[in-house]
Amino acid sequence: MQTLTNRSENVDRSPMTFVESLYLPAIVKGMGITLKHFFKKPATYSYPEVKRPFSPVFRGLHVLNRDEEGRERCTACGLCALACPAEAITMEAAERLPEEENLYREEKYAAKYEINMLRCIFCGMCEEACPKDAIYLSETFTPSDYARKKFIYAKEDMLIPNKNTEKEDYEKALGKDVPTTASAFFD
Amino acid sequence: MTLLVIDWALIIEKLILIVVVVLASLVIALYSTYGERKIAAFFQDRIGPNRAGPFGLLQPLADGAKLIFKEDVIPNAANKWLFILGPAMSMTAALITSAVIPWGNHLEIGKRIVPLQIADVNIGILYVFGVVSLGVYGIMIGGWASNNKFSLMAALRGASQAISYELAMGMSLIALLMLTGSLSLKTIAAQQVGHLWNVCYQPLGFIIFLVCAFAECNRTPFDLAEAENELNMGYHQEYSSMKMGFYLFAEYVNMFISSAVMATMYFGGYDLPFFNPANHSANFAALIGIIALMAKVLFFIFLFMWVRWTIPRFRYDQLMNLGWKKLLPLALANMLITAVVILWLHK
Ligand code: SF4
Ligand code: SF4
Repeated sequence: MQTLTNRSENVDRSPMTFVESLYLPAIVKGMGITLKHFFKKPATYSYPEVKRPFSPVFRGLHVLNRDEEGRERCTACGLCALACPAEAITMEAAERLPEEENLYREEKYAAKYEINMLRCIFCGMCEEACPKDAIYLSETFTPSDYARKKFIYAKEDMLIPNKNTEKEDYEKALGKDVPTTASAFFD
Repeated sequence: MTLLVIDWALIIEKLILIVVVVLASLVIALYSTYGERKIAAFFQDRIGPNRAGPFGLLQPLADGAKLIFKEDVIPNAANKWLFILGPAMSMTAALITSAVIPWGNHLEIGKRIVPLQIADVNIGILYVFGVVSLGVYGIMIGGWASNNKFSLMAALRGASQAISYELAMGMSLIALLMLTGSLSLKTIAAQQVGHLWNVCYQPLGFIIFLVCAFAECNRTPFDLAEAENELNMGYHQEYSSMKMGFYLFAEYVNMFISSAVMATMYFGGYDLPFFNPANHSANFAALIGIIALMAKVLFFIFLFMWVRWTIPRFRYDQLMNLGWKKLLPLALANMLITAVVILWLHK
């Protein structure tokens, strides 16, 4: 039979020899293996003091983007909701008023934009579908909570801080010095 | 005329010794649970408990407090008195074994010589055996009184396992006794001071004894009596709160005591190689002896845990095959060979 990898071995079904049936050699061998692991660096982290670095392609909590002038990019086209396999996104569109031009980039914007984080499977389809670069999956994950309704994230929960008016919050949101960034993964 | 002279000093000295030994076994058992969890973690590339106190050192206390404050349920259909007797018996049997173990040579307090052994019974080993086999009643009674089919099945398994392995254990011991010519643990330990340890004369006997000790302590790979995945925790399934704590705790005390017995019988007890107690003051020698014995005991406890986190549980038929078809004949052969060699050397 052709094997997929050259690592497969045939199972030896011959009866055990006397030494084998005492189990001791096999046990000693096994103990050697476990002893090696005894001195290995643990693979786990003391969360939350130490955070595990995510992989560079980690898909976490959603972020709604703003453009350079700090206007919301989303135009409530609904493509993300359509692409979403989990049907986690709902939105309501509204028309931009003339005096709101500094708030919204397009004439139509999302008055209400909600993602149900319990439904979301963090596949990133919304990110791919968006024609306006408005939605991104960040490198943080949804914190735990006590009530289901707290997992329905409103637009305000996901909107990135305005980098012109709320500079500090914006820097924080980018998470440059948090050890969970991609750079930490490689060192 | 007094027929009975009461030696008060003796009584007080023994009482202190008993309290110290019992407390020490309890504390060591307590911290064995911590050690077990930490060592398991290290073997599995984890960190282990590190939240309660520095390095998680208060974890056993937290566990104990948790167990005490849990609701203590006695099932309706259970036999109430036997249900209570089960864990009590396990614990008592585990604790009283320590009476005959020589923890060190002797202390000199003033003119008085205080042996560091609660009772130097001249049939010490038989006493250990007797009490250890009492421990299986704890399992039996607990399993029976729970009135639960899984518990009963586990109890039966536990009992048959204990019987099978005690036999091989006894046989391997007979070979050792032929060598030492004494049943007193004190004599056996004293014989090894400054000489080769018994394990050098009885390597096979020691291995058989070790395997059987694992079985007697109900430790993996012989923990069929509490097989979590087939029997839902086995004999202590219906137990809760501190009653269950007692069962779990008795296992650790047993582990400590059987480590001490093994260290005494095969690894020179309180003997430290290249250390001649005659050259030092008695108290200093005793202290070194206690430390040496404890180091050996700790090594054995580590070995118990090491094995537990290495190999899975035996299947029931494998267990019986190993006990009756492998260990017992080996122990018999070991006994015969020892007898022949001893006769030959004496000729
Ligand atoms: S990540 Fe996937 S599941 Fe979550 S909202 Fe976007 S498209 Fe839907
Ligand atoms: S986030 Fe993008 S895809 Fe979704 S509604 Fe807004 S603009 Fe359209």
